[in-house]
Amino acid sequence: MKYVLLFGGTMEGADQLPEGHREVAMADYEKSGQWFAKYTKAGKIVSGEELRGPSTATTVSRKNGKVSVTDGPFIESKEVIGGFAVIDVADLDEAIAMAREWPGTVEIRPTIDHSEDAGR
Amino acid sequence: MAAVFREEAGRLTGALVRVLGNFDLAEEVVQDSLVAALVKWPEQGIPDNPGAWLMTTARRRAIDLLRRDRRYSEKLALLERSQLPGDAPEADDRLRLIFTCCHPALAQEAQVALTLRAVAGFTTPEIAAAFLVSEATMAQRIVRAKRKIVVAHIPYRVPQGEDVAERLDAVLAVLYLMFNEGYLSRGASAGMRRDLAEDALWLGRLLDRLMPGQPEVLGLVALMQLNLARSAARFNEAGEIVLLADQDRSLWDRDSIKEGTRVLERAAVLHGPGPYQLQAAIAAVHAEARTWGDTDWSQIVLLYDALLRLGESPVVRLNRAVALSHLAGPEAALGEVNDLAMTLGEYHLLHSTRAELLDQLGEKEQARQARLRALELCQNPAERALLERRLGG
Repeated sequence: MKYVLLFGGTMEGADQLPEGHREVAMADYEKSGQWFAKYTKAGKIVSGEELRGPSTATTVSRKNGKVSVTDGPFIESKEVIGGFAVIDVADLDEAIAMAREWPGTVEIRPTIDHSEDAGR
Repeated sequence: MAAVFREEAGRLTGALVRVLGNFDLAEEVVQDSLVAALVKWPEQGIPDNPGAWLMTTARRRAIDLLRRDRRYSEKLALLERSQLPGDAPEADDRLRLIFTCCHPALAQEAQVALTLRAVAGFTTPEIAAAFLVSEATMAQRIVRAKRKIVVAHIPYRVPQGEDVAERLDAVLAVLYLMFNEGYLSRGASAGMRRDLAEDALWLGRLLDRLMPGQPEVLGLVALMQLNLARSAARFNEAGEIVLLADQDRSLWDRDSIKEGTRVLERAAVLHGPGPYQLQAAIAAVHAEARTWGDTDWSQIVLLYDALLRLGESPVVRLNRAVALSHLAGPEAALGEVNDLAMTLGEYHLLHSTRAELLDQLGEKEQARQARLRALELCQNPAERALLERRLGG
């Protein structure tokens, strides 16, 4: 069963954080690297990427058949998605157990398995 | 019939989820068989073996549904061959079922609804009536939760290792919420066919049987039992709440109190204290007092202190303040209550407690204002009626 883990927060602006907070951010960043190493080795991670911050985002949208290209993310939110991992595990509990070890907020989304469609 | 449903529905659903590997389908066909029984049994009488009747109906319905889809031919064969309850009475999958229904990835209101339906054999209209929402809303809530169980692969399993304590807490929270919903609205919904409080107690006992030796499960069972023991005295003939101080204690069910106390003693020897055991102990102190005046308030304040040590909770502090008023007088208690106004400003019981204390201090106008505020915030019909009576008098 594949899930996508969406990780909250990016390192964008981390260098401007006040003393103390910056160290915490750096330590968490290091932990996230270790997390990826651990679960890649365990064969649980299909793929994953760390994303650049929302200030680097470009949105392509379509309205009334007209395509427009604009600066910025399309998700209006205070929370920022900083990265993702596609994982392949037995069930939601295993995904939750992995997410618990991530040093930050994680949204777990099950993926749709299209391999069953072909059999119809 | 409710008692039969309660005994059979969880077993059937549990066994079918195991065989079919599909929570949604299994739960649905059992619900269909309950609805069929509601139509047939009143005409034909309850069958000699109601469990087998329900199983046959559910199995037939599942086979019908599965035949429509070739992908399920394997499951179909399994269903036609398999050992199911009735065939194998010792098989009890209800513990797994309970943990799946109370999975923290589901909204708590959905956990409650699913547990009632899948484990205790409630029908959707009954659940909707108990929670004062429309049938359509409740049905949608259940459909959405079941869909999530299937598509997000919420496992059908009893948690192991370090997860157990946390997951068990979630189950107990669901049962307690169920209990309170039934217990608090007893007067208002006397016409209801099924009583959530009784069912919550039944589920608690079931949980203790399936997972013995858990002190907090026993603590919650004792708490529910001790509270239910006072049921007969909690409402007057007009269906209005009678406060503990004014209750006719001869109406309390002494056997039930003894039983609740015994359960609490069983919990105590396991040496795993927790909030439900402490709350049950408070209920036991009340139950053992022959009159309101005999209540051992110093013991109760000590128990509230122990509860606060387990975790800071403004509601517990409010209750402690009430107990304190009997030991140290209304003025001391009012100070504590006023300190809580910032955190519990939207909680009707803060204002009704303030009103009681202000009354005792002779501040009638302030008491009236507090009671009006409580009335604004209170949803429960029986509690509203009590407030209105106090305002009138």
